[in-house]
Amino acid sequence: MDNIAGKKSGLGWVVQISVIALVLLWLFPTVGLLVSSFRTADQISESGWWRALFPTQQNMTLRAADPDDEGAQALVGDLYVIEGNLFEEDTEATISVWGTSSRAIDAYKAGETAEMNDGEIITVQENGDYRWTSPEELSGRGQRVFVTATTPAEFTLSNYQRVLFSDDSTDSMANAFFNTLTVTIPATIIPIVIAAFAAYALAWMDFPGRAILIAMVVGLLVVPLQLALIPLLRLHLGIGIGKGYLGVWLAHTGFGLPLAIYLLRNYMVGLPKDIIENARVDGATDFQIFTKIILPLSFPALASFAIFQFLWTWNDLLVAKVFLIDATGETTVMTNQIVELLGTRGGNWEILATAAFVSIAVPLLVFFMMQKYLVRGLLAGSVK
Amino acid sequence: MANVKLKNVVKNYGSLEVVHGINLDVDHNEFVVFVGPSGCGKSTTLRMIAGLEKISGGEISIGDRVVNELPPRARNISMVFQNYALYPHMTVRENLGFTLRIAKKPQSEIDQAVAEASAILSLDPYLDRRPGELSGGQRQRVAMGRAIVRHPDIFLFDEPLSNLDAKLRAQMRVEIKKLHQKVQTTIIYVTHDQVEAMTLADRIVIMRDGYIEQQGTPLEVFEKPVNTFVATFIGSPPMNLLHGRADNSGKNITLDDGVNVAMPSRLAGKYADKDIIFGFRADNIMPVGHTLPQGDESVEIDMTVTLTEPLGAETLLFGEIGGTQVQAKMLNPRIVKPGEKLTFQIDLEKCHVFDAQSEMVLD
Repeated sequence: MDNIAGKKSGLGWVVQISVIALVLLWLFPTVGLLVSSFRTADQISESGWWRALFPTQQNMTLRAADPDDEGAQALVGDLYVIEGNLFEEDTEATISVWGTSSRAIDAYKAGETAEMNDGEIITVQENGDYRWTSPEELSGRGQRVFVTATTPAEFTLSNYQRVLFSDDSTDSMANAFFNTLTVTIPATIIPIVIAAFAAYALAWMDFPGRAILIAMVVGLLVVPLQLALIPLLRLHLGIGIGKGYLGVWLAHTGFGLPLAIYLLRNYMVGLPKDIIENARVDGATDFQIFTKIILPLSFPALASFAIFQFLWTWNDLLVAKVFLIDATGETTVMTNQIVELLGTRGGNWEILATAAFVSIAVPLLVFFMMQKYLVRGLLAGSVK
Repeated sequence: MANVKLKNVVKNYGSLEVVHGINLDVDHNEFVVFVGPSGCGKSTTLRMIAGLEKISGGEISIGDRVVNELPPRARNISMVFQNYALYPHMTVRENLGFTLRIAKKPQSEIDQAVAEASAILSLDPYLDRRPGELSGGQRQRVAMGRAIVRHPDIFLFDEPLSNLDAKLRAQMRVEIKKLHQKVQTTIIYVTHDQVEAMTLADRIVIMRDGYIEQQGTPLEVFEKPVNTFVATFIGSPPMNLLHGRADNSGKNITLDDGVNVAMPSRLAGKYADKDIIFGFRADNIMPVGHTLPQGDESVEIDMTVTLTEPLGAETLLFGEIGGTQVQAKMLNPRIVKPGEKLTFQIDLEKCHVFDAQSEMVLD
């Protein structure tokens, strides 16, 4: 009685652990990217993204106000005094230790007073307020103060501002985003439409050579697309399509079709024969059967292939490089833009993280919106 | 509103011939049932009439039209499938109206036809449900409703009740019979269940291995089976068949274990010195004292009961004669223990005699 159906398998916990591991494996970098994209360059270099929610301790070099500025110093009694706050407005930071020399940045605690040359004295409070006095009139630049401050967690939208809305053509992803959409949407729809028709014919219509056609489709599945890049590009150039959106749509369609036809045909073949025969007896033509019965019932298969094709074309770099992107760079897509950013902005992680997240945001959205179609069984109740 | 004519209809799959030249006339408004064991070609024949299978030879006409080359949609037929074949993505209402919708009928006409069909089959409470939310019997009714809506010339039923449990099957049988009375249309119905065939049919067509063995009204095929196959296939329990030999006079039969019975008087003297099969139904062999009809001719035979099946009003008794199992009926039953030896009477008038070689009936 140990192995009756319905009893929990001994492997249950292995499955559970694997699922958790997979989820973490996927979640960790994605969340990291998302969090990093909302942090400043300083925050990224100071601490990992997993500490983004906690206050960070930073060493900063700040300056008191320049004595030469008008109204900066005041004569109080016989002392020249400059008062102010070291931080910019709206900065909430707590200073723990500070110093006036780069060799001893932790010489004083907050609230203590440092004595410098010529009888100058400076006191720095926890919140950054300082009082700098001197018996003689001060001149030159403001006193440098090295502080070790704890700043509260802070997130910024400035990376997105820069990546999406700045006119800077090296950083901006906006143009590339729309280019990618222009490539992806037709490159998803065209093969699905063609494949749906083909799959119906290969699954349910009788014509000579059907088996050979199916065998050919299966054969084409294993042809690597790199094989076709050069000949296809030569063909495009030869017939005048050249490099451009039309070329990349056609290329994606061609490369996507074998799998699309194969998947959809296998799904359609599995639809109950009775339903189709019944529709035939009910008076439907092949086209009506296709549009009114097959297409609605094949929705899960169409949706799952659409998701696959969308993700491939969205993340594609190779086909776009070969068939689309020309010397002007007007038609660059996001993947290519990120490659270029790696070159020009290799050190600016905040820009790279933001650009990367912009490029994965749409696939994530598509996946979460469509995933129910991957699992929904539309056939419940049609046949017993 | 049409009759159906099959003339020498043949079907082969490659070199394998599965239907061998069938001839059949179905009259207008007749309820014809094809019955036979699996693989006898009954469903194939039905599908050829529907146009779902190509005809390899012969001619099928519906009304006055030869429909050999017509696609199903041009034949004005409706078919009810074993698996119901409802469109899972449509509500019951949409399922019912589908055939009219694709025929581009006006909405008012569709609504009216759907309402009519739903009234006939009491589907009103379910019109806005999907097939997935219906029980087996309800789905079957929707499938029938979908067939009615079209007002077809012919209804084709392909084993429509075989997925239902016994109780529902009996109910639906009645509904189909009622439906036939209401809509007055030619019906061709395929089943492997002889009870369905007997109860529903105006005419039963019994098929085996791609041939029609016999056709006739339920009583005809029950009372006058043309061969041993029909004799055992129709009627429950099946007819008892005992091998034997008619003697020189043709008036006596010696069964395999040496038991002698008289040749029924209508056949006496006709077949002398011949190997025969002697057949009688359980209804015509009963223990002495428990038999109701006492015909003019009967013969007594002793048999040891090996098994009993009490059914309430009657009990089925199993025994053996000459190594062949025999089923007998006992009316006004008393308790019989296995091993008990009883004397049975066989009503000779209702017995059948078949040729042992050809298995065809002798009369």
